[in-house]
Amino acid sequence: MTTGDPAVEKKLDEIRRRATMIRRETIRLIDVAGSGHYTSVYSAAELLATLYSGVMRLAEDPDWPERDRLILSKGHVAVGVYPLLAERGYIEPEVLDEYTRLGNPLGDHPDMRRVRGIDFSSGSLGHGLSIGVGMANAARLRGFDDVRIWILLGDQELNEGQVWEAAQAASHFKLGNICAIVDRNQMGLDGFTEDVMTIEPIAGRFAAFGWDVVSVDGHDPASLLATFGSLPPTTSNTPTCVIANTVKGKGVSYMELSRTWHLGYLAASDAKATLKELEPS
Amino acid sequence: MTEPYLAPIPSDPASWDLATSEKLNRSFVAGEVLAELAETDSRIVVLTADLKYSNRTVDFERRHPDRFFNVGIAEQNMVSMAAGMATFGYIPYVATFASFVGLLCAEQMRTDLAYPSLPVRLIAHHAGISLGFYGTSHHATEDLGLLRSMANMTVVCPCDAYSTLRAISDTVDFPGPVYLRLGRGREPDVYDPSEPFHVGRLACLREGDDLVIVANGSTVNPALEAALTLAGEGIEVTVFDAHTVRPFDGESLCEAAGRIGRVLVVEEHNVIGGVASACADALMDAGVGGIVFSRLGMPPDEYSLIGPPTHLYRHYRLDTDGIASAARELLAR
Repeated sequence: MTTGDPAVEKKLDEIRRRATMIRRETIRLIDVAGSGHYTSVYSAAELLATLYSGVMRLAEDPDWPERDRLILSKGHVAVGVYPLLAERGYIEPEVLDEYTRLGNPLGDHPDMRRVRGIDFSSGSLGHGLSIGVGMANAARLRGFDDVRIWILLGDQELNEGQVWEAAQAASHFKLGNICAIVDRNQMGLDGFTEDVMTIEPIAGRFAAFGWDVVSVDGHDPASLLATFGSLPPTTSNTPTCVIANTVKGKGVSYMELSRTWHLGYLAASDAKATLKELEPS
Repeated sequence: MTEPYLAPIPSDPASWDLATSEKLNRSFVAGEVLAELAETDSRIVVLTADLKYSNRTVDFERRHPDRFFNVGIAEQNMVSMAAGMATFGYIPYVATFASFVGLLCAEQMRTDLAYPSLPVRLIAHHAGISLGFYGTSHHATEDLGLLRSMANMTVVCPCDAYSTLRAISDTVDFPGPVYLRLGRGREPDVYDPSEPFHVGRLACLREGDDLVIVANGSTVNPALEAALTLAGEGIEVTVFDAHTVRPFDGESLCEAAGRIGRVLVVEEHNVIGGVASACADALMDAGVGGIVFSRLGMPPDEYSLIGPPTHLYRHYRLDTDGIASAARELLAR
């Protein structure tokens, strides 16, 4: 389906191109490391591609104080973010090529002190929303009224109690400058979220904590653009939770919703065959 | 904000309420000190977890309400929030019981503060066994062991109002996190404001050639009193206030220990992992051998008993008499 608007179509093509780039680069980088989180990146590929295609307010300088912040609360998505940062010039190509090698700044979980463009170090699930609540309060205090704090959460991560401590604080402090995105890819490491530990109703839970909640197809760039484009202003009083309905492993047929591909490695011939599934359209 | 209703105390002068008790917490000057600093330093913000009256951060809130955040009873969220605020150029001071910030929030301190080296300050009050009969859940006798092994962390344990003021104001510009371990707020004055106080150095509060006593926090005052008692018996004691536990001033300790040969460490912490361990590490690393060494603190294999704080200090020999008798035992070895 097309929108009929050439500017929008161009933007959607840009997002699709980035999402494919993320998926392909993930295979290339995990090959260097020897193992990695393919499927947790693949569910978030369109999300990340959309955020980095003009949705987040960024500048050439990754330290610009009034930029939007993105906290990768599901830190294991980092391997899908590094190629975007490289594209922006924050990471040198030769550094990216050496992903996870001894002394390289790029690990499976991101480090804000070693990687330009990473707004907070993460890896321990459950912390990111609290970090975001601190940032959102600080942005208000500094008078940075246009800054939005984006937090990318895993769905199984919502089992962590600290997420709900932060959720209650975000509405208590009236932080309309917060947008938490739940990558609802349906799975944790051990299987389907509802088998491991129930997290539904996610919408009802966030609503009960005083949040506005929107659901969106997390693999449809047009829906994502529309959702992110119609968020309430950063000066509003209610934080927003975007539930992005996604598929863990999206884009690689045999990985989709497969428990065992939470972590893995594709040797050369499998990588080659898999990349064929991920040809740029 | 609605100020809650303050009930009067019925009639017997022996009755008391929280407000009465709070007035006695004279060494809880952090709220006041921070309020003063914040007049000229716009980076300072304060967070607490439903304890603003107990830790006197309300003194800060009254002067800087826009820079005060009560996060409710959610300490882990509070520590991570402070980390987020620090990335915007703020210097957040986070205040709650040591048992909660120092133990419950250990991983948030490690991952969100120490690992990225963010300038958040943790005001960990009612440390050790100072909450007495409120119970072992409220005691913090393991926190130093955790914090000593965290890279980028500075740990300071002031013993009175003046050293609290100095520990706060001298570390404002430290680049990484600072853990300020405080007692229950009733500590008598030890320091004269004319005396030197240097974060990172052992403070020598008394000199003597027979024994070195290393104390910090609540044990400094009884250690000095014990030294006075012992002086009456012809035993001359050097008393160090080891207020800075990390980084630890091993050099000053080794110099004195090497010369005097006898060291007694007295701390309101498990004897494993805290000041005694820092002393033993320093002596061993420097190759200072042959020291007669003894530690007073919480026994390694016990959880603290329940009782009034002063009774607990007596039981665990952390009061003047206990320290003096431990010193005599060490000298008799």
